[in-house]
Amino acid sequence: MTAPGHFVELRNVTKRFGDNVVLKNVDLAVDEHQVICLIGASGSGKSTLLRCINLLEKVEEGTIVVDGQAITNGKVDVNALRRKIGIVFQAYNLFPHMTVMENVTLAPRKVRDLSKAEADAQARELLRRIDLLDKADEYPDRLSGGQQQRVAIARALAMNPTLMLLDEVTSALDPQLVSEVLNLIRELAEFGMTMIIATHEMSFAREVADKVGFLDAGVILEEGPPEQIFSAPREERTREFLARIIAAGRL
Amino acid sequence: MHRVLEAFFSPHAFRQSLPDVWAGFQINIKLMVVAEILVLVIALGIAIVRGLPGRPAGPLRVLAVVYTDFFRGTPLIIVAFMIGLGVPGLRIHPISYQSNFVYGVTALTLVYTAYVTEVYRAGIESVHGSQRSAARSLGLTYGQAMRYVVLPQAVRRVVPPLLNDFVGLQKDTAIIGTIGVIEAQQQAQNFSSSFFNFTGYLVAAVFFIFMTIPLARFTDHLVAGRERRERALAV
Repeated sequence: MTAPGHFVELRNVTKRFGDNVVLKNVDLAVDEHQVICLIGASGSGKSTLLRCINLLEKVEEGTIVVDGQAITNGKVDVNALRRKIGIVFQAYNLFPHMTVMENVTLAPRKVRDLSKAEADAQARELLRRIDLLDKADEYPDRLSGGQQQRVAIARALAMNPTLMLLDEVTSALDPQLVSEVLNLIRELAEFGMTMIIATHEMSFAREVADKVGFLDAGVILEEGPPEQIFSAPREERTREFLARIIAAGRL
Repeated sequence: MHRVLEAFFSPHAFRQSLPDVWAGFQINIKLMVVAEILVLVIALGIAIVRGLPGRPAGPLRVLAVVYTDFFRGTPLIIVAFMIGLGVPGLRIHPISYQSNFVYGVTALTLVYTAYVTEVYRAGIESVHGSQRSAARSLGLTYGQAMRYVVLPQAVRRVVPPLLNDFVGLQKDTAIIGTIGVIEAQQQAQNFSSSFFNFTGYLVAAVFFIFMTIPLARFTDHLVAGRERRERALAV
């Protein structure tokens, strides 16, 4: 039953909140250096799926394997798992009482036990990469949404994750700020970062994804290469969803 | 009219009672400072215990709830009598052989810790869950997320209500006079029974007011500053 080689694998995962079934028998396989984009309407279960992979949500049914290790049997070291997985949220969730530098260095210092000098050096390198080194000593509320989201990505990268989960990271941004964040993600993809991305940016998904999954009411209804999903969707629901998106001018 | 002035506002009695009441008021300040430090530390601990997740922490949580319910509901003067008059009667070493000052601090701490625990708890709950998620998803443990992310934000938010309780505690140190700590209110009472003049109470009141007004203004200042910042953020 085990298919070795997949870096992340979800098998038959079902997640309920009370009587509400949010994910239904979800299967998904992600290989190393692959970029998977999850598309679908709000409430289709994209965020929940991502949150299950780093155990921010508990999975009662089904199996999730990350890097050869089943994480859903209750025996896994949650903190060790999360060190390997970076997640970035729609609402950035930077720590408002800390400067940009402190946001980026907190986990490396406390979790990876880096010295302040090591963590600072690494953070400066990351901030330079996202072009925000000059904001190192600012507090998040002095930054634009796009800048905050880039810092949030840098904060996750500071843990040297082997997998990044991006949860609609551009949905809270003004349109003119979206591209700076997408450019950064594009760069990560080129760098070979394994990523699972929940997004409403269809043209972006089409461009960076190795595989696109369409979620509808907690089910991965259709999955395939971006050209196929966007140009020749097999499922009626996928066609409807894409038609609505096109009508809204997002593709 | 003359009798009122003479009984409460006699300049002569004011001067006469001032040194003793001032000596007593220094005890009030000591009571306040020691109790407040203990309250701030212990209440934070209890607030954290109340928020602990999981079944194993259940009994601790219940204990914390029982404690806060009991001492928040009991008038300070009753706690003061139970501690200051009751405990010495038990004749148990070493707790029955402490000074009245220690009993006073204990009573104040027991009661105010219960209030302040609730203040801290409200602060902790006001920090949005997404902050915790962000911290945990970086690999921080529950304790680390609490220590570095949740508590710093929570405590900052509750400074004004904490200072408000601080004012209450400051005034309630007068109740500790009833268990034989010779503080300002006791000195005023001694003065009034010796000279049949109540001006000593006025002196004590003036001292208390002069202590609380700066604190109250400082609290206003903090609240106003925060409102300014939040408005600036909303724009």
